[in-house]
Amino acid sequence: MNLFIQLIIKVLIIIQLLGGFVVYAKVQQTVNIAYLAQGQDAPPALSNLDPFIKNKGMVGAELAVADNATTGQFTGQQFALKKFIVPQDGDVAAVFTKQIAGKFSFVVSMLPAEPLISVADLPEAKQVLILDAASSDDSLRNGQCRNNVLHLLPSRAMRADALGQYLMKKRWGKWFLVVGTAPGDRLFAEAIKRSAKRFNMDIVAEKTWEHTYGARRTAQADVAVFSQLDDDYDVLVVADEQGVFGEYLDYRTWMPRPVVGTQGLVATAWHRTHEQWGATQIQNRFQDQAGRWMEEQDYAAYLAVRAVGEASTRTQSNELKPIKDYLLSEKLALQGYKGSPLSFRAWDGQLRQPLLLAAPRSLVAVAPIDGFLHPKTELDTLGYDQPESTCQWGK
Amino acid sequence: MMKGIRMNKIVTGLLLSLALAGWVNAETVFVTLEKDNALAVVDPVAGTLIKTVPVGQRPRGIAISPDHKFLYIATSDDNTIKLFDAETLKELVKLPSGDDPETFALNPAGDKLYVSNEDDSLVTVIDIAKKKVIKQIKVGVEPEGIAVSPDNRWLVSASETTNMVHWIDTKTNEVVENTLVDPRPRAVSFTADSQQLWVTSEMAGTVTVMDVKTKQLLNSIRFAVDGVTADKIQPVGVVIDKDRRRAYIALGPANRVAVVNAQNYEVEKVLLVGARVWNLAFSPDQKRLYTTNGVSNDMSIIDLEKLTVTQSLGVGTYPWGVAVKP
Repeated sequence: MNLFIQLIIKVLIIIQLLGGFVVYAKVQQTVNIAYLAQGQDAPPALSNLDPFIKNKGMVGAELAVADNATTGQFTGQQFALKKFIVPQDGDVAAVFTKQIAGKFSFVVSMLPAEPLISVADLPEAKQVLILDAASSDDSLRNGQCRNNVLHLLPSRAMRADALGQYLMKKRWGKWFLVVGTAPGDRLFAEAIKRSAKRFNMDIVAEKTWEHTYGARRTAQADVAVFSQLDDDYDVLVVADEQGVFGEYLDYRTWMPRPVVGTQGLVATAWHRTHEQWGATQIQNRFQDQAGRWMEEQDYAAYLAVRAVGEASTRTQSNELKPIKDYLLSEKLALQGYKGSPLSFRAWDGQLRQPLLLAAPRSLVAVAPIDGFLHPKTELDTLGYDQPESTCQWGK
Repeated sequence: MMKGIRMNKIVTGLLLSLALAGWVNAETVFVTLEKDNALAVVDPVAGTLIKTVPVGQRPRGIAISPDHKFLYIATSDDNTIKLFDAETLKELVKLPSGDDPETFALNPAGDKLYVSNEDDSLVTVIDIAKKKVIKQIKVGVEPEGIAVSPDNRWLVSASETTNMVHWIDTKTNEVVENTLVDPRPRAVSFTADSQQLWVTSEMAGTVTVMDVKTKQLLNSIRFAVDGVTADKIQPVGVVIDKDRRRAYIALGPANRVAVVNAQNYEVEKVLLVGARVWNLAFSPDQKRLYTTNGVSNDMSIIDLEKLTVTQSLGVGTYPWGVAVKP
């Protein structure tokens, strides 16, 4: 009797082992990924230090598909990346419906928020998973969320919270908020205000930078006058996503105060100063391939393609449903060179990830900052947590 | 008076010989200090840092030769693995390791060195006596953990981004099999009987135990630590005692070492050590375990009979690898 039970247990264990273990399909399977971007105007340049990069994102995706392919050669899967670069005056929706829909289940998007939404809402996009590697809009993670879109870059709220945590730790609680006139600047400022409220910080003053100085006025003189306030403040928080004036603020303010936000100390998904947790390796591999530093969008596109690769390796599938299910499950532990396993928030499709707080030539801190705790994962102290989210598709 | 002097002499002589015997017998622990470009030399029995010796740019991986006469240290930013006299700590030779060497393994005979070249997805095989590269083996992206089975049958390389362990035949230096493991495998370690391979997966927070003969999964071990979120449990270094009674696993930023029953794979205890515990090494009698704690700049000494941490010892900036000389 005893022997019989032992035998049964052994058989059960063997069955479990066989089931739990990945058996490699020798059959070749191809996972097709589309890369969709649209041409852009170069923004006004403040200096020649940082040349305008046209292919932000593309090299990241290319590197990731090569990494996927390395795994694939051992598992019998092939990975293909096809690029669709729509001219500036081209019709993104037409390219999507005619060339992508029906042929690709996975699309890495480098589109801004508006065209992204219009593509995601096309009937042809129902059977597609869009991996957004370009937007940071909080609306796309809340009221405007779509259940066929995942977001790789941190939202503005996550960036603001990363800065907020750091400033709180430093006890730099009085902020002077300077906002540009572009729509993105206002959205960033909104995120900063949300974060200030969250961490009980005090925005002592808010001013808009109007870009009105003329021939006889200089940034040098203007910033000093502009930043003369009745109230004292600890830090100047700037919202200038285009980089049209933010760089002029540091060292030119009336009082000696540091600059944080979109310039000075920034909260970003990736930065060239980052070397920990194996980051040096990917920085080197990227440099070898691109001949330039890896930008945030490259990192996001890299992760997008790697996420699809990881899910297809684990599920041994190239189909939408199993891969999407895996990506949104708790099983995903994506390696992102930032010291924590990355995964998607099931309630809004946002990639949870640490943020780098970086000065131009030094990595200052990594958020979540030590001491900001969370019952599930500290990464969810950044941005909209499940109870705050107004995205409906996860519910 | 005469008697007194003689007694003194005898006592002094006795003390001297005791001290000498002690000096000869006591083991020495070597810890590479990544940010100090140096090696910390520690007397673990006395619990003291004896000295710190400069060894080269960004020293990380470290190993001692089977006869305990030589130390191998990967000085990553010098792009070489250096050979030192383990007694005098004089640099003897620079080996051609390929770019940015970090981790490496010696074969049991101590005549071959296998190096992971992370940036190039290669494992470099070096003939130590000839100081020559014999072969470069293509593996997955970002190879890290590397180990040779004690019976010298297998060389195993784990690639962090490909999430695989590659089984390399030591006779042919060819990859003969690949096994998918949990995300970001870091360290690989064989049991003394060469029957099992233990693999830590940093991002998944797991340890995979594999049967060497079948290359199949025997068990996957998970960890839970009170007051520490799952993200922070990131297994790195792993060692298994010679009787395969217990395994010890460094849990990285969870700042703890897990004690695992190597027979039934149950976690028996977690011991608080230091910040970002990284690599582990046994004392020669396997009564103590030494840990390097990367962020708190110290090492911990664990009494394995009592399963308690007996000492934390400051050694220098970014302690990385650890090796023990009997």
